[in-house]
Amino acid sequence: MTIVDIGIPKRLVEFTVDGAPVRVPEGSTILDACTAAGKEIPTLCYGDTLEPANACRVCMVEVEGSRTLVPSCSRKAEPGMVVHTDSERTRISRKVVLELLGSATDLSTTPDVDRWMAETGAEPSRFGPDAATVAQPAIVDNELYVRDYEKCILCYKCVDACGEQWQNSFAITVAGRGFDARISTEFSNPLPDSACVYCGNCVEVCPTGALSFKREYDKREDGTWDESRQTATTTVCTFCGVGCNLTLHVQDNEIVKVTSPHESSVTHGNLCIKGRFGWQHVQNR
Amino acid sequence: MDLKLLDAVASREEEEAVAGFAGGGRDQLLPALHAVNDRVGWLSQGALNLICETLHVPPADAYGVASFYSLFALAERPERVVHVCTDLACRVNGAETVCEVLTEHVGAAGKARGGVTWLRSPCLGVCERAPAALAFQAGDPATTELVAPATGASAVLAAQRAPSASDGAPPLLHQKDGLRLLRRVGVVDPSSLDGYRATGGYAALRTALRMGEAAVLREVTDAGLLGRGGAAFPTGRKWAATAAQPAGPHYLVCNADESEPGTFKDRVLLEGDPFALVEAMTIAAFAIGARQGYVYLRGEYPRALRLLRNALAVCRERGYLGVDIMGHEGFSFDIEIRRGAGAYICGEETAIFNSIEGFRGEPRTKPPFPVEKGLFGKPTVVNNVETLVNVPLILTEGAAAYRAIGTEASAGPKLFCLSGNVERPGVYEVPFGTTLRELLALAGGVPEGRSLRAILLGGAAGGFVRPDELDLPLTMEDARAAKTTLGSGVVLVLDDLADLGGFLLRIAEFFRDESCGQCVPCRIGTVRQEEAIRRVLAAGSEERPLLREVGGVMRDSSICGLGQTAWNAIESAIDRLGALR
Repeated sequence: MTIVDIGIPKRLVEFTVDGAPVRVPEGSTILDACTAAGKEIPTLCYGDTLEPANACRVCMVEVEGSRTLVPSCSRKAEPGMVVHTDSERTRISRKVVLELLGSATDLSTTPDVDRWMAETGAEPSRFGPDAATVAQPAIVDNELYVRDYEKCILCYKCVDACGEQWQNSFAITVAGRGFDARISTEFSNPLPDSACVYCGNCVEVCPTGALSFKREYDKREDGTWDESRQTATTTVCTFCGVGCNLTLHVQDNEIVKVTSPHESSVTHGNLCIKGRFGWQHVQNR
Repeated sequence: MDLKLLDAVASREEEEAVAGFAGGGRDQLLPALHAVNDRVGWLSQGALNLICETLHVPPADAYGVASFYSLFALAERPERVVHVCTDLACRVNGAETVCEVLTEHVGAAGKARGGVTWLRSPCLGVCERAPAALAFQAGDPATTELVAPATGASAVLAAQRAPSASDGAPPLLHQKDGLRLLRRVGVVDPSSLDGYRATGGYAALRTALRMGEAAVLREVTDAGLLGRGGAAFPTGRKWAATAAQPAGPHYLVCNADESEPGTFKDRVLLEGDPFALVEAMTIAAFAIGARQGYVYLRGEYPRALRLLRNALAVCRERGYLGVDIMGHEGFSFDIEIRRGAGAYICGEETAIFNSIEGFRGEPRTKPPFPVEKGLFGKPTVVNNVETLVNVPLILTEGAAAYRAIGTEASAGPKLFCLSGNVERPGVYEVPFGTTLRELLALAGGVPEGRSLRAILLGGAAGGFVRPDELDLPLTMEDARAAKTTLGSGVVLVLDDLADLGGFLLRIAEFFRDESCGQCVPCRIGTVRQEEAIRRVLAAGSEERPLLREVGGVMRDSSICGLGQTAWNAIESAIDRLGALR
């Protein structure tokens, strides 16, 4: 028998999205409501297992009566709210925000972004060839995962996952400010000297590939990473008795990455070093 | 939380600086960083490690906080640093010449030579004596010397010898008659509580205690006091909403992080009449039910810090702060000063909370608003210094009399900071509704032989006004109707010789420097804005459509007011002055 936690009964909030009435449980965000209604609002920094940082500003919508646009990922639906997800203002904002990101950051491994760029008509190159970027070499200072900060959009998800929201390791932070703001250890010391416990939960939540597993990074470098040839199988971790779900990503009969289902009530997508990285023994043939 | 600390060890000096913080929590992080930076001049890995161990803060977090503030150095830096203001008013008054002379005699900015280095600084808040420089010497105790107005020679001298521990001259007022807010400045000894009381000080608190909390709230609401920090929110409504919150404790925060370039009115109040702020905060605390208040004071105001510290100590000694204030049983309140460390964004009402709590000074998402969840997640009132200093006036004069000053929608007296190409720069107090022309006349207009080119009203986040618009009455409503803002009261005057392009570029640089970096439109948008202005100035290219689009999205989609206003002044220069074409 499966016990499903249905929680405390919630009142329904009625409001309007793009002219259509919507009813959602109290506490839902505008993004929740739109997702439930099958409407896509692009977002990059939204983490389904994390508190919204609402830093990327890709998911901005127009709420009548509000001076500025509002982030749909964090704004709770209120009764009578009138929301427009596809107005002239939201389209321009989405286009320019994507252009700003694309002009400063390498988005080549960010899922969906090419499609959104095409849909909005974004042209990051219009800021000219001399536009400042965050280009820098990738940091490979351990055998488990790689930090490629020219792909980092500063969504704060890795910091939140490493810190008080999940892992409580507090190994990384946002340092500096403005365009110089960056994800860093203390004094930019190498990861092995930091408080990192290699749970890989930061990699799990990274939306752009700025953090990637070493295996994936190496295979991308030598051109052998091919998601179309991969299968994903969810199983149970055998290292201890907790029973975490592991999703094994297998390419050419070889495990290339381990993730965990975000909807799992045991892990919520999080794992420890053993579950995340301890799979080499499976394929020592 | 198990901390993994760094291997690095603190020096004896660093240990001494941190010793006083034993038993403290994370909210002591900013003071602890100051203590080491003041003592040694920079923050080593060993010092940071010791701070983290003492306050139980993860090293990465502490590094993220320390690297947020421009006054802290995380690489070895000489004990003596000269900060040269190159911001708007100083720029107009020859700051670049000071920089050139320093480069020639002391070396390039940021390069250590002979135990000293000099740095370009955002607005130091002494625009009436521009250009300004602030010399800092680490030690026990650290000393500072404000050099204003600075010349190349005096700046070089400040770099070559230990600071004379002068925190600058007392504020000078050119205006003598009809003053309310400024009536004690330059007249009454700002270090003397008796002097303050002899000129009516603490009569307002006595009145407030007699009236009771509800009546104070009503009086402030009826007076129509609007916040003077730039947003012009009704103060009475803010107080009443906080007072009504069931969650406790309630907090009061005085925003004295006056960092808007061209603004120095709060400094003049703090330096000239610090007891008035203490009394005003005590009244506010009584009305909203707060036992603890904070003054978040910008790190670059040494004189204000000294006088405010003195005022708090004297008030505690004499029963004007602490338990059962003025004999009123059950009313306890105290105030702590928090020094900022060089971050304009910390003037944003929610960034202040993060900064005080020991986190990076990034703004929080609203809602929830501070009246509901503010400092330490509790109901909080944040008021600017000038706003608070109006409160004793309201209680002594009465709401009706106060309301009779100014206009229906903008009640009371207002302080304006005149700087730039103006005969007598300084803070001027006028009733709301005075025209810009009258205000300019008070300050003597542009220097003889020059003509007015434009006025930047409201600061870097404000807008330009043309010479043919001088009949604008200075009220919140008239400014709004004229599509500009009074902001924090900046009136920065540019004459016909001013380099408008360079001035706009400095505004763009300012926002790029001061963006916290949290959201994309502001973090990257301010960089693209500056790049586009550089291209116009260098090559005359057409960048207005791009500027408009980026500026519009910064305004529409940034998290806080910094990004939302980063394009205001530049847009108004394009639209009203025909700039950048």
